[in-house]
Amino acid sequence: MSLTEKDKATVKALWGKISKSSDAIGADALGRMLVVYPQTKTYFTHWSDLSPNSAPVKNHGKNVMSGVALAVSKIDDLTAGLLDLSEQHAFTLRVDPANFKILSHCILVVLAIMFPKEFTPEVHVAMDKFFCGVSLALSEKYR
Amino acid sequence: MVEWTDFERATIADIFSKMSYETVGPAALTRCLIVYPWTQRYFGNFGNLYNAAAIMGNPNVAKHGTTILHGLDRAVKNMDDIKGTYAELSALHSEKLHVDPDNFKLLADCLTVVVAAQFGKAFTGEVQAAFQKFLAVVVSSLGRQYH
Repeated sequence: MSLTEKDKATVKALWGKISKSSDAIGADALGRMLVVYPQTKTYFTHWSDLSPNSAPVKNHGKNVMSGVALAVSKIDDLTAGLLDLSEQHAFTLRVDPANFKILSHCILVVLAIMFPKEFTPEVHVAMDKFFCGVSLALSEKYR
Repeated sequence: MVEWTDFERATIADIFSKMSYETVGPAALTRCLIVYPWTQRYFGNFGNLYNAAAIMGNPNVAKHGTTILHGLDRAVKNMDDIKGTYAELSALHSEKLHVDPDNFKLLADCLTVVVAAQFGKAFTGEVQAAFQKFLAVVVSSLGRQYH
């Protein structure tokens, strides 16, 4: 299920439209994830406040989306492009890779909420494939 | 026995009362067939599913999308026994239709995206959690009679 040239073009085109809202997207997706999938809170016990729109959540949402921006720029070779991030997730953060799917789903839901006209089924499939590719690249160094 | 909070019951009732089954059903099924194209395997006799435009214009897909949503309605009206309500439908999906139950989750995810797009900001994390819990119970009940 690798990204076709059409997929890459679709992802880049959508990113062009949504990137200025990336902070808001990240904050909403992360906040939402912590509510919809409470098991994900186990990774953030060091935060003072896990509620949506709290400072740690907003800040971390920004971090996540800058990772997404990086992935868009490295879309032709996600594995190589996300190598450092993969090492970080594998050795330092040790996030169970099952959670990549969960956060990806939450980002897609936020895109549907914020950009209902742009998030057509064709755009949805390209973005879903893109996030699968990102998740796979992030899992690269795990074992 | 699934425990539902008052918030969850109210949220599910609210979402379905505001939903146009003839719009949301077709949109969700169409999206599923496009985003997860292997799900097309169950619709060989539906005619032209060759590309996104064909799927979106296909009247059989639209009709079936509506049918599916009316089926969900039964769960909405019987939230305290979704398992029992769906026993027959589960057997049907297993024995006659031979649908891989993993596909139920794919359709559920597409339905979540369609509902999110319709509700916009009102589709908060808490609302999403309630909706996804409801769909998870539906998906589990539909898979129950498989053997």
